[in-house]
Amino acid sequence: MHSTEQLRIVIAGHVDHGKSTFIGRLFHDTGSLPEGKFEQIQAACERRGVPFEWAFLTDGLQAERDQNVTIDTGHIWFRTPRRRCVLIDAPGHKEFLKNMVTGAAGAEAALLLIDAVEGVREQTRQHEQLLQLLGIKQVVVLVNKMDRCGFRVDVFRRLAAGYPGKLVIPICAKTGDNIAAKSANMPWYDGPTALEALDGFESPEPPANLPLRLPVQDIYRFDNRRIVAGRIESGALRVGDRILFSPRHKLGTVQSLEGRQSVGITLAEQIFVERGQIISHEHDAPLVADVFSAKLFWLGKQKLDIGRRLKLKLVTQEIECHIESLSNITDDGAFADVAIRTKRPIAFDTHDRVAATGRFVLVDQHRVCGGGIITKGESIERSQNVFWTETEVSRADRERRNKHKGTVVWLTGLSASGKSTIASALERELFALGMHTYVLDGDNIRHGLSANLGFRPDDRTENIRRVGEVAKLFCDAGIIVVVAFISPYRDDRRLARSLVDEGDFVEVHVNASLAACERRDKKGLYRKARAGEIANFTGVSAPYEPPEHAEIVLDTERHTPAECVEQILRHLQDNGRI
Amino acid sequence: MNHLDRLEEQSIFILREAFHKIERLAMLWSAGKDSQTILWLVRKAFFGRVPFPAVFMETGFDMPELIALRDRLAKEWNLNLIVARNNVEGMNPSKGRVVCCSALLKENLKKIVARHNFGGLIVGVRRDEDPTRAKERYFSPRDAHMEWHVEDQPPELWDQFNTDLAGSVHLRVHPLLHWTESDIWEYAEREQIPMAQLYFARHGKRHRSLGCVPCTSAIESDADTPAKIRAELRATKKSERSVRAQDQESEDAFEKLRRDGYM
Ligand SMILES: Nc1nc2c(ncn2[C@@H]2O[C@H](COP(=O)(O)OP(=O)(O)OP(=O)(O)O)[C@@H](O)[C@H]2O)c(=O)[nH]1
Ligand SMILES: [Mg+2]
Repeated sequence: MHSTEQLRIVIAGHVDHGKSTFIGRLFHDTGSLPEGKFEQIQAACERRGVPFEWAFLTDGLQAERDQNVTIDTGHIWFRTPRRRCVLIDAPGHKEFLKNMVTGAAGAEAALLLIDAVEGVREQTRQHEQLLQLLGIKQVVVLVNKMDRCGFRVDVFRRLAAGYPGKLVIPICAKTGDNIAAKSANMPWYDGPTALEALDGFESPEPPANLPLRLPVQDIYRFDNRRIVAGRIESGALRVGDRILFSPRHKLGTVQSLEGRQSVGITLAEQIFVERGQIISHEHDAPLVADVFSAKLFWLGKQKLDIGRRLKLKLVTQEIECHIESLSNITDDGAFADVAIRTKRPIAFDTHDRVAATGRFVLVDQHRVCGGGIITKGESIERSQNVFWTETEVSRADRERRNKHKGTVVWLTGLSASGKSTIASALERELFALGMHTYVLDGDNIRHGLSANLGFRPDDRTENIRRVGEVAKLFCDAGIIVVVAFISPYRDDRRLARSLVDEGDFVEVHVNASLAACERRDKKGLYRKARAGEIANFTGVSAPYEPPEHAEIVLDTERHTPAECVEQILRHLQDNGRI
Repeated sequence: MNHLDRLEEQSIFILREAFHKIERLAMLWSAGKDSQTILWLVRKAFFGRVPFPAVFMETGFDMPELIALRDRLAKEWNLNLIVARNNVEGMNPSKGRVVCCSALLKENLKKIVARHNFGGLIVGVRRDEDPTRAKERYFSPRDAHMEWHVEDQPPELWDQFNTDLAGSVHLRVHPLLHWTESDIWEYAEREQIPMAQLYFARHGKRHRSLGCVPCTSAIESDADTPAKIRAELRATKKSERSVRAQDQESEDAFEKLRRDGYM
C-alpha cells in the first residue's frame, strides 16, 4: 500500500524563472511523459512558430501557450523512485498570486526556483513569505538557467548564500542539468539532483495528541434520527464522550457515531445544534472570542485597510468581521499583522496548536480576498461574557438585518406556567445566534397599547387582537417575535394565527397543571384570586381553553426552561425558520 | 490514515458542503467508473442515501451495458433518476466529433440545467485526466451560458469553497478532482463498488474510459481485475483520454468543449 502514498509539492518562484519548464524536463528526463506528448508539444510550438517549450506540458491552456505564461495552478502526478508526488505548478506572475495561493495552500513541500541571472525578485520573496505563512517548512531552492551565466560557480554561490541551512541546487531546466542526472557542466557541484531532492522530502506526520475538534458541517434528518455531520479535524471521539459545543457553550453526550473522520453522530440530549459550532471535549475547548491576532495575506484588489467589513470563514463558521488594527504591512501590500474583530464571538485555536481551526479566509463580495493564521487570542471569561449573559437586546442590534424568517412564536398557558421565563430565555438564545427577535408580554403591552383594557372576556379578546396585530407587524419586519400571553381563548388565538401566513405562526402550549402553577405562585396572584381579591383570574375564576393543535407542547413540570428553549429552537430549525 | 481514506474523507467533505450550500443540487451520473465512485461516496456521506437527483445523459450512442447497470442501480439504490436526451436529427460523429459532442452532450446538459434550474452539478472529473482539468477547482462557477472563465478562477484554499453565486448561474462540483485513475481502481477494489464489465479484459481487450460507442475504443489488455488494471496503468505510457476520439481532433478541441460547458 505504501507505494500509493503521495506528497504534494508546489513549484514556486518569480515569473519566467522556469517552473513549468522544470516540470516538463523532469518528466522527460525520467521517461514519465505520456506517449505522444512530446510530439504534441512540438506541434503546438511549431504552430506558434516558437522554439520547443517544455512548459507546454503543464501550460495546457491556449492562453497560457500563446502568452508563454502560467495563468492557473496545474496539478500533475509524478512517480519518483521512492513515492508518488503531486507536482503543483504555480504561476509566478504577480497578477495570479491568488492562483499560486490556491496551489500552495495544499502543499506539504516546495521547490523555489530562482533565475541565476535575474536573481531574487519580487515574487521570489512573496512566494517565500507565503510558504512560511502557510507553514510549509520543507523548501529546496533550485537556481535555474545556469546556462545563461556560463554555469559559473560564483554566481551560484552568491545566490545560495541567501539561503543558509537550505538545500540549494544549481540546475538548467532547459537542458536537464542536475534535474534527473548529474550535470557535466557543473563538476563543482556534488550535491543531490532535483529528483533526489524530491525524494529527500518527508511526508509530514500528522501531529499526535491534539485536542478533539469537530466542526459541525450539517444536521441531517433523513429519518427520525437527527444526525450531526462533520469532519474530525483533530483528536478522537468515542461513543459516550461528553462534548462541548463552542461558541454556544452547550454540553451533550455522544450516543452513536458513524464514520472514520467524516462522521455522523447522534446525541443523547435534545439540544439544538447548528452548522458552525465546534465540538470538543469539555476540558480541552477551543478559544471563544470576538477578537484575535493573525498573520494575514491579502489578495484583494483594493488596499488592505482598517474598518472594511468582510466575511470571515473559519472551518464551517461564517461571520461578518472587520480589521481592527494593522501593522508590519509589507511593501507589496500582500502581508500584514492584524487584529480582527468578529460581529459575535467565534470558536478557534491558535494555528500552532490546531492548524485546521487556527486559519481562516476573508471574503469580499463573494470572493476570497485573503486569509491568515491566528497567532493569538484570549477567551472571553464566561462569567464576564457580555454575549452569553446579555439580558437586554438593544434596538440598534435588532435593526441590522439577518438571515432567518419572520416568525410568531406564540406562548400560551396558565399564569406561572413559565411563559415569560421561556420567552426571555428563547429571546436570549435567538439573539446569541445572531437573529432578530423581540418579546411581547404583559409588561410592554398591558401598560401601553392595552392600558385601557381590563380582564373581562371582551377586554381579553381585544387585547389579544392588538397583540396579534403587533406580532404580525414584527413578523413582517422579519423578526422572530415571541408572544407570551395567557391568551386563554381558542378563538382569540385562532384569530392571531389567521393574521399571518401559514407557517409563520408557531403556537406553543406552555403546559403545567393548575396545581403546579398555584404551587409556584411567585407573585402571590393565585392566593389573591382564591381570596377573591382578583376577579376573572384564569384557572380560578375564568376559563383556560388549552390548544388542540399546538405546534409545540412544553411540559414545564418535567423540563427545565433551558430544555424547553432547545425544543423550540429545534422546531424552528426543522421547519426552516432559522 | 491510509491514502484511500484520505481521498475518501476529502470527497465526502466536498459532497456535504455542496449539499449544504447549493439549492437544487444534482449529480451527473454516467454509470462509468468515476460516476460509480461518486455515487458510492455520496451514499457514505449521507448515510446510505442519495439526497439529490442523478442525471443520466443519453445520446443514442450509449453503451448498452451502462444503461443496464444504470437501471439496476437506480432501483437498488433508490435513485431519483433523470434521463436526459437531446434528439438532434441526423447528428452523428461523421458530422465532426466535436460538433457531435457539442450537440448531443453539451447542449443537452445546458437544456437539462435550464429545465430543472439546477444550482449545482456534481461531476466526476479528475485532475489527472487532461491539462485543462488539472487546473480545475473543487467548486467551479459557470456563467449564464455555462461558460468556464478559466483565466479568472476564484481562489480556493483550506477547504473554503466558493459557494456564493455572484453572477454565475450554476456551480460545478468536482469531488474526485484529487483522485487518479489508479486510485479509482484501488478504491473500487477495496470497497467492492459495482463496475461495468466493459472495464475488464475479455479476449485481450478492455475499455479504459467509456463514452459513446462510436468515439470510444477498447485497448489491448489482459487486465481482468482491478489489481491487474492498476499494474497495467503503472506500466503504460498512454493517457486515459487517448481512447476518446473527440479530444484528438485538434490541439484545443477539448479545451473549447470544456470552456463551453462540457464536463
Ligand atoms: N536558457 C534557459 N532558459 C530557460 C531555462 N528554464 C526555462 N527557460 C525559459 O524561460 C522561459 C520561461 O519559462 P517557464 O517555465 O514558462 O517559466 P515559469 O517560471 O513557469 O513562468 P510562470 O509560470 O509564468 O511564472 C521559457 O521561455 C523557457 O524556455 C533554462 O534553464 N535556461
Ligand atoms: Mg509556469
